[in-house]
Amino acid sequence: MPAHELFRQEDLRFEVDIDPLIEALGDVLPPDGLIVHEAGRRAYECDGLAAYKQLPRLVAIPETIEQVQTILRLCRDNGVPVVSRGAGTSLSGGSLPHPQGLLLAMGKFNRIREIDRGRRLARVEPGVRNLAITEAAAPYGLYYAPDPSSQIACSIGGNVGENAGGVHCLKYGLTVHNVLAITVVTIDGELTTIGAEAPDSPGLDLLALMHGSEGMLGVVVEVTVKLLPEPLTKQVLMASFADVESGGHAVAGLIARGIIPGGLEMMDGAAIQAAEDFVHAGYDTAAAAILICELDGSEAEVADQMAAVDECLREHGATRIQVAADAAERARFWAGRKAAFPAVGRISPDYYCMDGTIPRRQLAYVLRRISEISQAEALETVNVFHAGDGNLHPLILFDGNQPGQLAAAERVGSEILQLCVEVGGTVTGEHGVGLEKINEMCVQFSNPEIEQFHRIKAAFDPDGLLNPGKAIPTLNRCAEFGRLHVHNGELPHPELERL
Amino acid sequence: MIDADQTAAFVEQVAAAIADDQPLTIEGSASKAFYGNPTQGRVVSTLDHRGIVNYEPTELVLTARAGTPIDEIEAALADKGQRLAFEPPHFNGGGSVGGMVAAGLSGPARPYAGAVRDMVLGIRLINGRAETMRFGGEVMKNVAGYDVARLNTGALGTLGIITEVSLKVLPAMPATATLRLAAAAGDCHRLSEQWLRAGRPLTGMLHDGDQLHVRFEGTASAVEDAQAALGGEVMEASDAAAFWQSIRDHRHAFFTADERPLWRLALPPGVDPADFGGSVLVDWSGQQLWLRGREDADALRAQAAAVGGSATLFRGELPGVAAFAPLDAVKERLHRHIKQAFDPHGVLNPGRLYPQAEVS
Ligand SMILES: Cc1cc2nc3c(=O)[nH]c(=O)nc-3n(C[C@H](O)[C@H](O)[C@H](O)COP(=O)(O)OP(=O)(O)OC[C@H]3O[C@@H](n4cnc5c(N)ncnc54)[C@H](O)[C@@H]3O)c2cc1C
Ligand SMILES: Cc1cc2nc3c(=O)[nH]c(=O)nc-3n(C[C@H](O)[C@H](O)[C@H](O)COP(=O)(O)OP(=O)(O)OC[C@H]3O[C@@H](n4cnc5c(N)ncnc54)[C@H](O)[C@@H]3O)c2cc1C
Repeated sequence: MPAHELFRQEDLRFEVDIDPLIEALGDVLPPDGLIVHEAGRRAYECDGLAAYKQLPRLVAIPETIEQVQTILRLCRDNGVPVVSRGAGTSLSGGSLPHPQGLLLAMGKFNRIREIDRGRRLARVEPGVRNLAITEAAAPYGLYYAPDPSSQIACSIGGNVGENAGGVHCLKYGLTVHNVLAITVVTIDGELTTIGAEAPDSPGLDLLALMHGSEGMLGVVVEVTVKLLPEPLTKQVLMASFADVESGGHAVAGLIARGIIPGGLEMMDGAAIQAAEDFVHAGYDTAAAAILICELDGSEAEVADQMAAVDECLREHGATRIQVAADAAERARFWAGRKAAFPAVGRISPDYYCMDGTIPRRQLAYVLRRISEISQAEALETVNVFHAGDGNLHPLILFDGNQPGQLAAAERVGSEILQLCVEVGGTVTGEHGVGLEKINEMCVQFSNPEIEQFHRIKAAFDPDGLLNPGKAIPTLNRCAEFGRLHVHNGELPHPELERL
Repeated sequence: MIDADQTAAFVEQVAAAIADDQPLTIEGSASKAFYGNPTQGRVVSTLDHRGIVNYEPTELVLTARAGTPIDEIEAALADKGQRLAFEPPHFNGGGSVGGMVAAGLSGPARPYAGAVRDMVLGIRLINGRAETMRFGGEVMKNVAGYDVARLNTGALGTLGIITEVSLKVLPAMPATATLRLAAAAGDCHRLSEQWLRAGRPLTGMLHDGDQLHVRFEGTASAVEDAQAALGGEVMEASDAAAFWQSIRDHRHAFFTADERPLWRLALPPGVDPADFGGSVLVDWSGQQLWLRGREDADALRAQAAAVGGSATLFRGELPGVAAFAPLDAVKERLHRHIKQAFDPHGVLNPGRLYPQAEVS
């Protein structure tokens, strides 16, 4: 696998004697809470990034906070690495098991403890699905704003782990903006609550630090989120453009006018075609790009904004504008965007979903480069992205049965990420670094920065037992990647299978 | 000097501090010298390190050097019809953007528009090893590495000298109106919920012990609708602006006419301010209380903690009372380790945040 040998020697430094741990855990967990047999462990060997597979030594499925505390204490005492797992939908290998370690599956923490309609907050266990929070809040006219496309499956604990975003994030923020407090178990088995129901809590902003920390600082056992009142009105419109560039200018134009839509998403021609074939949303398949724009607020606000948006889109060369007539049509407009990934799954045997963010003004250049980069590897890319915030998700199409194509797709992915950094962006907007983008972290960060990350990690977890090998590269890894890197992305012996 | 990069000089100052084991006090315009626990040491001033480095209105991002006056930033934003949505407190041109982020304080719009930490996208930092580094960046979404930018927001300069800040900025609102209404302070939460659910564009709600002041900002139609629906007395636009500014910058009589120590209470929604006694100014729909006349620090902190909030001794001194509410043992240990991770020699603003948590 290009540049990725999954775990490196230094990540496999643990000397684990698993039997005493199994025995000790047997006293703590119910019989079905500990999976030792290989067939059972198989079910956990990968997350949403299925190209990487790794069996854990052991899977623990706790049901109580006390059990989590005991498990972590035992792992610390026995020097066993621990990987937390929510729903396992990470697209960056964040919840990929460690070969020497225990996988801590939080799936049984799936209760909504409290919906406080008056104070507009929900207290939930970390395994609760993102969408389940909104479903539970809906009878009170409330919802939980961050809505990753995986919301039907992903857990709120995993959302904290990845600081997940979604369509609503331009206006309503990411997970970090919508979580008030979390209760965490440290690797020492201690329990503490970070954040508060009050705005601000004393001390350093550990709540922000925990967001996006990919299970490397502690295990989240409870989450308190803010709920928002369901907007009084919504309106969705769809605009067609003859090229992606003018769509990009239209987005800039909207923002320059002071309009922050509830959602603003773009799809390129290939994505439009794939989505239309799949869900028949009525998309304009003649367009080179479409922009889907959702406005929300009071009747008066939405009416004002609709007029301004319409004018602005026309000014920027929209060739067609469709306004959803009712809720059903709104849902249909969105259906294609939300089903873009599976739709692409139908037109290509495999695809590899990238995630990077760029300053939006670089959009046209970056899209052109993406297509050049993929053409150089004889692959195609399809683009759907969060247009409002410059978060790109190029889908690199390949056929895993063709020798070398997966490796080629990964080379394309790596080059795209480096391109994102080159234009002033970042290697991951919302999917996390995990194992997938760990080499490219060496491009974005200098050695002192990476060392600072390691020191932060050590402040929480001195022995490095929580999710080792993920998110923050070792300097050895960077040195090696740097060496490979001088060949301008060309790896030595590209013909060799590296999985 | 209006536009200058002093990073190299700061690095030297930190290196020298390490070499001769002398702590540093980081200072912007020192407008907040009163805030936090006292610190001592040679002063590192950011005031000559200023200038807007990049401002991209269509990307909603502005990047500036730490010593840039908040005023200068707000003027540049206003020019393009944008603003800092969290309304940072400042004082007649006082207040630097680095100090603003390091202090982590937000003004009246905070519960409705977000806090300063919500708008911080990236920083450049010099840690206590005299290393320059950059975390986060100029894009809205970024989960590469730990969120060190937000960790330094509100850290009061104890983890590093912030040399540059990138902020998310937002469009200014086309229309605004402030109403004065007769209501009890204890009703703040209930009323603000009622209005928010009705889609009212609320961006300020303060009870001064006498009247409720409510600010709406949004499209003209939304503001007019709110005004029509609520009634009350509409404040003159310039009076309203001056009023919110006096709250933001603590120039309102509540703050200036009283010498007693000033407490800031952060509370969950729906707590009755009357429970806390003393004289109070109720901001943020009841979630931020400014309180005077309580000297029983432990009792006050216990009372705030019991409802899920906290109490900061914001201004003034009480014998033996630390500025910030104590941490539990786990968080205290984490604070100590994090301080070590950034500033192993203890040269950066030692003691300003948690003197007790810095002893290793
Ligand atoms: C089709 C599809 C669409 C997607 N769309 C989006 C999108 O729009 N936006 C987006 O942001 N993401 C998206 N994702 C990625 C993924 O769904 C998110 O990253 C999600 O937050 C992961 O949640 P999870 O419960 O599956 O976490 P997992 O995959 O189980 O874990 C993710 C990380 O969090 C850690 N973790 C999990 N639970 C805990 C816990 N209790 N305590 C501490 N650490 C924990 C893990 O160790 C791991 O590092 C998508 C994924 C798929 C498959
Ligand atoms: C409700 C309220 C009322 C206020 N009232 C007043 C008032 O009446 N008068 C007034 O002058 N101000 C007041 N302030 C606040 C203050 O004006 C702002 O927060 C201001 O932005 C602080 O900036 P400064 O440059 O003056 O910071 P300073 O006072 O210089 O510093 C504040 C803190 O940040 C640290 N710091 C400063 N710069 C950096 C940096 N570059 N890197 C790391 N750490 C740094 C300092 O060491 C210190 O810990 C008030 C704030 C609030 C919330």
